[in-house]
Amino acid sequence: MLTKRIIPCLDVKEGRVVKGIQFVSIRDAGDPVELAKFYDEQGADELVFLDISASHEGRETMIDVVRQTAATLAIPFTVGGGIRTLDDMKRILRAGADKVSVNTSALERSALIQEGAEFFGAQCIVVAIDARYSEEDSTWMVYTHGGRNKTTWSAIEWAKEAVRLGAGEILLTSMNQDGEKSGFDLGLTKAVREAVTVPVIASGGAGHAEHFYEVLADEVDADAALAASIFHYKETSVAQVKEYLREKGVAVR
Amino acid sequence: MKIGVIDYGMGNLFSVEQALKRLGCEVIVTADEKKLDVTDALLLPGVGAFPDARRRLAETKLDHYLKNAQSQNRPLLGICLGMQLLFEQSDEVIPTNGLGFFKGRIKRFSGTNDGQVYRVPHMGWNELMMKNPPAWLETRAPAKHVYFVHSFYATGIEESELVAYADYYGIQVPGIVANGSVTGMQFHPEKSGELGVYLLEQWLKGVKAC
Repeated sequence: MLTKRIIPCLDVKEGRVVKGIQFVSIRDAGDPVELAKFYDEQGADELVFLDISASHEGRETMIDVVRQTAATLAIPFTVGGGIRTLDDMKRILRAGADKVSVNTSALERSALIQEGAEFFGAQCIVVAIDARYSEEDSTWMVYTHGGRNKTTWSAIEWAKEAVRLGAGEILLTSMNQDGEKSGFDLGLTKAVREAVTVPVIASGGAGHAEHFYEVLADEVDADAALAASIFHYKETSVAQVKEYLREKGVAVR
Repeated sequence: MKIGVIDYGMGNLFSVEQALKRLGCEVIVTADEKKLDVTDALLLPGVGAFPDARRRLAETKLDHYLKNAQSQNRPLLGICLGMQLLFEQSDEVIPTNGLGFFKGRIKRFSGTNDGQVYRVPHMGWNELMMKNPPAWLETRAPAKHVYFVHSFYATGIEESELVAYADYYGIQVPGIVANGSVTGMQFHPEKSGELGVYLLEQWLKGVKAC
């Protein structure tokens, strides 16, 4: 039986992990490779690196991070942030990442999804969607540029379009819930999960182990759940979340 | 031990190269037959579409090289698309003949089984269940799950060649197949944590014994 995945996310800027991490056991808490190792040992099923570097040098540094991570870890990882062209994808994947995720760049030029899927296969292409509920539209709408600009796409329609173009997975972030620690957006996750046939990763809002259960259990049935700060700030650990899920009868590794 | 990772332009070779190096192997990533000749075993990786991969193997004449290697009983491990290429035929994009070392046809997951709808790709950690472990594989595995990521899988296989499988919505997904010196792994052992490392280690032990 396929297990549900728990995925810690690391924001990396100019080659360093941001959002001050509080681990006594780690020599250098700003080192993405050290942190990746820590999460691997904790039982993380995958990792996501989000490169938020503003500079060209920062993105070059990210390639080194990818290479070192691939040389160290024996679990899969995805890299997102600043990927605009097929060449960007090639550089990241050849450095050893398993998947790339695209967000704003895919909304600006959707052919990027198709180009990536044709070259590397759909399984390498993750489309990240930032969505916020709109009273006006009575549905969740897609935002670009880290949530600054509203598009004309609803999350459901864009997810379907992304899959039609070749996305192998959807990383779905609820902007309403992000940072709130009050749980994942179950309505959004369920709606998108039912609209597409590829795996859906729920993101935004994790505060406790129960939240992972809610979003991964039968009713909503997300394939994976991603979180950043609750793992970084040690409010809970990947191991604790998995133990809780196991007790509740959810298949985990 | 010297492993020749066959570089025919398909996908991410870095991770598998690193995994073998961590296990103490000397690794050569190449398409050069002379360099491959002096290795102890061959590894056929692959990510991408079957017809492209098959065409590249033909263009580089590595298909003939692999057929010779098989007839000389040289150890060969195919991973993911590299495993699928070892079968008779694939339906991916357009029906294409493979190398034919294993009986069977590569087909796409339909997305439904017995009225149940399931996700395609088959992506994530699934339990690997042993069927006919070969001599090189001791079954003292340190973990249960391996990492799969694929939309196509081997069907109509010779049951005696099935080493291990995963269950995906009632479908028996061949995970490891073996016949003589040739082995295929559908999942990515280099990305499968402890069990993946263990399986690569066991395979290398088998190579050593050859």
